[in-house]
Amino acid sequence: MNPLRQLFGGRGANAGQYGMIIALVAIVVVFEFWTGGLTLNPTNVINVFQQYSYILILALGMVMVIIAGHIDLSVGSVAAFVGIIVAQAMAAWHWSWWAAIVLGLVVGALVGAWQGFWVAFVRVPAFIVTLAGQLIFRGANQLIGNSTSVPVPNAYQFIGSGFIHDFGPNTGYSNGTLLLGLVTVAALIWIEARGRARRRKMKAEVIPLWVSIVRTGILVAITLFGTYLFGAGQAGTSVPVVAIIAGVLTIVYGFLTRNTIFGRQVYAVGGNAHAAALSGVDIRRVNFFVMANMSVLAAVAGMVYVGYAGASGPADGTGWELDAIAAVFVGGAAVSGGVGTVAGSIVGALVMALLANGLQLVGADTNVQMMIRGIVLLLAVAFDVYSKTQGRPSLIGNMLKPFQRQKDEAAAVQQPQSIDDQSKVSLP
Amino acid sequence: MSNPNILEMRSITKEFPGVKALSNVTLTVKTGEIHAICGENGAGKSTLMKVLSGVYPHGTYTGDIVFEDEVMRFGSIKQSEEAGIVIIHQELALIPELSITENLFLGNEIGRRGVIDWTTAQLRARELLDRVGLTDDPDTQIKNLGVGKQQLVEIAKALHKNVKLLILDEPTAALNETDSQHLLGLIVGLKERGVTSIIISHKLNEIEQIADDITIIRDGRTIETLDVHQGVDENRIIRGMVGRSLESRFPDRTPHIGDVFFEVRDWTVQHPLDSSRLVCKNENFTVRRGEIVGFAGLMGAGRTELAMSIFGRSYGTYLSGQIVKDGREIKLATVRQAIDNGLAYVSEDRKQLGLNLLDSVKRSTVAADLQRISRGGVVDALQEYAVAEEYRLKLRTKVPDVEYGVSKLSGGNQQKVVLSKWMFTDPDLLILDEPTRGIDVGAKFEIYRIIQDLAQQGKGVILISSELPELLGLSDRIYTIFEGAITNELPASQADPETLMRSMTSAKKDALI
Repeated sequence: MNPLRQLFGGRGANAGQYGMIIALVAIVVVFEFWTGGLTLNPTNVINVFQQYSYILILALGMVMVIIAGHIDLSVGSVAAFVGIIVAQAMAAWHWSWWAAIVLGLVVGALVGAWQGFWVAFVRVPAFIVTLAGQLIFRGANQLIGNSTSVPVPNAYQFIGSGFIHDFGPNTGYSNGTLLLGLVTVAALIWIEARGRARRRKMKAEVIPLWVSIVRTGILVAITLFGTYLFGAGQAGTSVPVVAIIAGVLTIVYGFLTRNTIFGRQVYAVGGNAHAAALSGVDIRRVNFFVMANMSVLAAVAGMVYVGYAGASGPADGTGWELDAIAAVFVGGAAVSGGVGTVAGSIVGALVMALLANGLQLVGADTNVQMMIRGIVLLLAVAFDVYSKTQGRPSLIGNMLKPFQRQKDEAAAVQQPQSIDDQSKVSLP
Repeated sequence: MSNPNILEMRSITKEFPGVKALSNVTLTVKTGEIHAICGENGAGKSTLMKVLSGVYPHGTYTGDIVFEDEVMRFGSIKQSEEAGIVIIHQELALIPELSITENLFLGNEIGRRGVIDWTTAQLRARELLDRVGLTDDPDTQIKNLGVGKQQLVEIAKALHKNVKLLILDEPTAALNETDSQHLLGLIVGLKERGVTSIIISHKLNEIEQIADDITIIRDGRTIETLDVHQGVDENRIIRGMVGRSLESRFPDRTPHIGDVFFEVRDWTVQHPLDSSRLVCKNENFTVRRGEIVGFAGLMGAGRTELAMSIFGRSYGTYLSGQIVKDGREIKLATVRQAIDNGLAYVSEDRKQLGLNLLDSVKRSTVAADLQRISRGGVVDALQEYAVAEEYRLKLRTKVPDVEYGVSKLSGGNQQKVVLSKWMFTDPDLLILDEPTRGIDVGAKFEIYRIIQDLAQQGKGVILISSELPELLGLSDRIYTIFEGAITNELPASQADPETLMRSMTSAKKDALI
């Protein structure tokens, strides 16, 4: 595997993702100049995470749904439904904020079980089940909330707009953020070193040291830069709580999809359901949990958003499903299922979020913003599809080829052979 | 015409980035003959035909195509079809939901100004179907026809296009013996009416039977052209294809057969959609340790249905019957239970049922038994790598490394990955359904050796195959199946193709041993 692929999780990582990383960087650079440095201003970065964390959280569930070969159109409505219940629990029934959160998660799980049941056991296509869900839960939201906004107490707003508490001497930066950054850096180095040691112990092939150093170096640099951005904001701000929630969830779901049996089964079901069934995978179980999990994450996204907005309203979550789906596809997932990664989807989510944010900063009209985001989605997927039909890993993939090992290069040039092509090239 | 050759392909070279798929290939086809092209998978046969039919347009290859004395520069399939060259691919290009008539004229509709004249189309369809010997109603939907009949529809479609040179890519690969014979007869019939055919096939006996000339391609080069009428036998062809003579087509083996350890009793299974049809009728059979048990039957006889219904009821609706393993009755209601009880099923359809083509060799190898390399639901990446590497070396799978995608492997190597996957589950009984379908001669030999090794380790092997020589060459004992019932059982030493064929085509039991 080439270093970049190792960087982004191997499996299913395709050139589209490298393309998207470059697109992400390009978007940042373009808007950085266009807005005269506002984009990478710490205050703005913190704001982006607070405002758009829901895309990150939803993309984590959506990528699994899409890998398994389904789609979920109901996430916005489910988020709004859970949001209003949580808000009502605190406002009308005077529940404490933590009890309301637990309630929200339970409701999310119940909604997920409902949708998972129809998809997995009755085998209604997820498109239909969640289209119905979109109507059902939007209606339920407005029924419960009487089509009005319900405010939430300050204590609860912490999860949406709060920051970690600061302590220690005045360094000009947020000490908590610095500490978190350093711990992350240490963890990155430790993980890499441990991986190398284990591979050596198992006598498996160890990647070249320079790859390890570059890879870790890049990640450390990104972490330090992020630490700076989060730490250098206005006094009293630091890493937003939502960013920590999204970060922890990203690590959890990245691990789940890459390293666990369940993760494997999701890819297997999406890649070839028949073959998966004949290998002993319980397809219904996989489908059920993938759909149920999506609704739980939608609940989390909804609750976080209510915390950020300070109230739960009747139009919350409108169009969220499109943001999440776009993020996943921009991140390199395949419409036909079986392909996609958490890392790619996060990159895709950041692309969508920074694009929206940048357009807002330059004062683009909302309608124009929508059009531009639509075009970006279309072009991103078209680019990926075109690259595949051309048999190339994509333009950017080719540009990166000098980084690949010889064998990989051979693999790349052999791609023009389609699967059903009998005239296969003999292997080296 | 003075030139006796309808087609001359001269020094055709076709390169893909970094790989030369064809190098200086020459092919000369005489007018009115049946010309066979033989070669191992990956030799370049299909690429050559794609060059000829315009799939790879003029300019993407070098060399000349001379068809009926004219140098052709096809830019698309449409253009080659207009010249009279029609290719019928292995995967049929018919639309299941449409009728025969609609399929026949798809792209060449009969009518004027975009309005179809259905009456004329119907009459013309009847006429075309008669020519290929198909009696079905032209309004029948394609999905209701068997593969054999679909193949005939394809040929009828070619006839409608005024075909002069018909190219058939593995036409009998999916057909049973009867349908194959009918199809081959039809090709000979077309020849008598002046249609020249090029046939690509792995079934050497069929080629011997109908071809006039055979061109052998190996590693993207023309090796030789043999004249069948001057006496060519299978061994001669194989020698050309693999560049060496295969002394024996089956490896030697001294069977060490133990006691009966697996037994199926009164197995009865219903068709999944049609409850009035039984796909398995009261079937009984046994397998001993270290034994290779062959199952012979024509396509549709219910061999796969039997295998899959035993393998965790993955086909049909179970009605009655017992499975006894090691003297104890076991219930196998799910595939997981079947795997946990030591069964493995290698499907006849590698690409649809055997592999996730998006996966790497590594991930495919461990796919059926992730538990073994996991702790607390977390897959141990290093163990996974070690296992995949172990099987790659053991089965000599030709792949640069185990991270390589299985979709890019040849059929033989894909099959080795499937076998690795099931060997890793450490089964007691392996059910191999057409394990060498679509695999070239060299790789077949290796697969045979793997199968024999498994038996040698004391595992029971059920071998389902449409190739009688394979069954006779590998099995210790053979059951025959006809219409969902076991019709005969005999030791391989006492079996011959004729006896087997008789039991495969009639319910009457020859004296059971």
